Amino acid sequence: MNDLFAYTLRLGDDALISAQRTAEWIAAAPQLEEDVALGNIGLDQLGQARSLLQYAGSFDGRTEDDLAYFRDERDFLNVQLCELPNGDFAFAMARLLYFATYQHLLYDELRSSADETLAGVAGKAVKEVAYHVDHATQWVLRLGDGTEESHRRMQAGLDALWPYTAELFESDSLVQRLPAAVDPSTLSAAWTDRVLGVIDESTCERPSSSYQHTGGRLGRHTEHMGYLLAELQHVARSHPGATW
Amino acid sequence: MDFQATIDADGRIEPRDAMPDGYRKTLIRQIAQHAHSEIIGMQPEGNWISRAPSLRRKAILMAKVQDEAGHGLYLYAAAETLGVDRADLLDMLHSGRQKYSSIFNYPTLTWADIGAIGWLVDGAAIVNQVPLCRCSYGPYARAMVRVCKEESFHQRQGFEILYTLCNGTPGQKAMAQDALNRWWWPSLMMFGPPDTASTHSEQSMAWGIKRHSNDELRQRFVDMTVPQADVLGLRVPDDGLVHQDGRYRFTEPDYTELYDVVKGNGPCNQQRLSHRVKAHEDGAWVREAAAAYAAKKEARAA
Ligand SMILES: [Fe+2]
Ligand SMILES: [Fe+2]
Repeated sequence: MNDLFAYTLRLGDDALISAQRTAEWIAAAPQLEEDVALGNIGLDQLGQARSLLQYAGSFDGRTEDDLAYFRDERDFLNVQLCELPNGDFAFAMARLLYFATYQHLLYDELRSSADETLAGVAGKAVKEVAYHVDHATQWVLRLGDGTEESHRRMQAGLDALWPYTAELFESDSLVQRLPAAVDPSTLSAAWTDRVLGVIDESTCERPSSSYQHTGGRLGRHTEHMGYLLAELQHVARSHPGATW
Repeated sequence: MDFQATIDADGRIEPRDAMPDGYRKTLIRQIAQHAHSEIIGMQPEGNWISRAPSLRRKAILMAKVQDEAGHGLYLYAAAETLGVDRADLLDMLHSGRQKYSSIFNYPTLTWADIGAIGWLVDGAAIVNQVPLCRCSYGPYARAMVRVCKEESFHQRQGFEILYTLCNGTPGQKAMAQDALNRWWWPSLMMFGPPDTASTHSEQSMAWGIKRHSNDELRQRFVDMTVPQADVLGLRVPDDGLVHQDGRYRFTEPDYTELYDVVKGNGPCNQQRLSHRVKAHEDGAWVREAAAAYAAKKEARAA
């Protein structure tokens, strides 16, 4: 597999699978304003996924849809954090805080990538993701420092997802040898700083965990991923060769 | 100028103007039910976001469903100018005391239904709503101008989905025909009961809230839609359809079905309402937390 192709897929799959989960909130959010906000965020994530998958596909003549609809689970390279099923709203905001803060640091660095296309995608995406970070931050603060129930739920969401965060910063030979890539391990300290700053302000406890999940970058996913893909892909696969 | 003089001069009534109680009540009911329809309508279409067969279609559909949430927001805001609260209106929806458009009590069974809803349901909504852009109540009229612009995008996008299916594989074309067969009659019913049976029409016309009768609007919709079905190469499922003097004569829908669905006996009434109530109840702790946090912040600032 071409390095640049594989690297672009990692970023694209993170965005695509996130968009799929975010979109599940539409028509189910706690208030109408939030249906609109989560719709915006999901659309941003999907837009990033499309740009990245189009670029990845350009290396071997596949389209964004070939990559999204006709790859099997083991060929998806997203982190497991993105694919976990939606829990309650606190879980969603914990995930958005963790993921968007990571994406923000990543895209900010990637703006000066040696690869012009990736730099261009990152330049647009970094502004979108800044809004996602802000939205998640506001909610983590409100829920953490809101009522007893919201505090308990916020803490549970932060704790439940913490063991899925180390995967975001894994380094491997691919990111080390590819000049266009950002080695995510270089983002870890800044991420921890920012995220813990929000958690402290929210009056929640800092999560800790002795176990950290791994495997997404190698196409090893959670049991949930197969169902997510079954839903995403089934119509397209039922009509092979069709255009939509 | 007093109320009736403003209406007679085709002027706009604004929130602080004096208005008869009945006018206010009629508008609250109509705008609230319109807002409820926008947000309940998110469900049948939201049902296909996760399964949209291309990423481009997925993005368009997400944006569309999000637009409908936005329409709900403008409309609740317009209703609030009449002295009611969104929270109370939502309670009326959740407890079944206020209705929403019956069209959303039909299920979306295939991807082609997303095309059919855009083309027919948004299409019918436009026919109903364009005259409301001239409604005598200013905030409602202005909300409608904004909403209608977006609905016409939705209508074109729906048509385009069907156009692509109709020019695709035989399986895709069959899916499109099946969707038209199922959505045609419910779409005709979106204009309400026939004029002979409509209860609210006369007073609403005198108040400049309604500009055309149900049957006039239904006719306009049929005249607009049938030639579009021809372009798609789809058959409108009405054996009585004849083109005559530039208009289409068509078979009236079975209004007993409409009355039944309005009463709660449609395929998805229970499902739509319980989904809405569940989202609202599941979100209660979130709204309470936001209020508690805002109060704490204010107390700290004081
Ligand atoms: Fe709408
Ligand atoms: Fe619409």
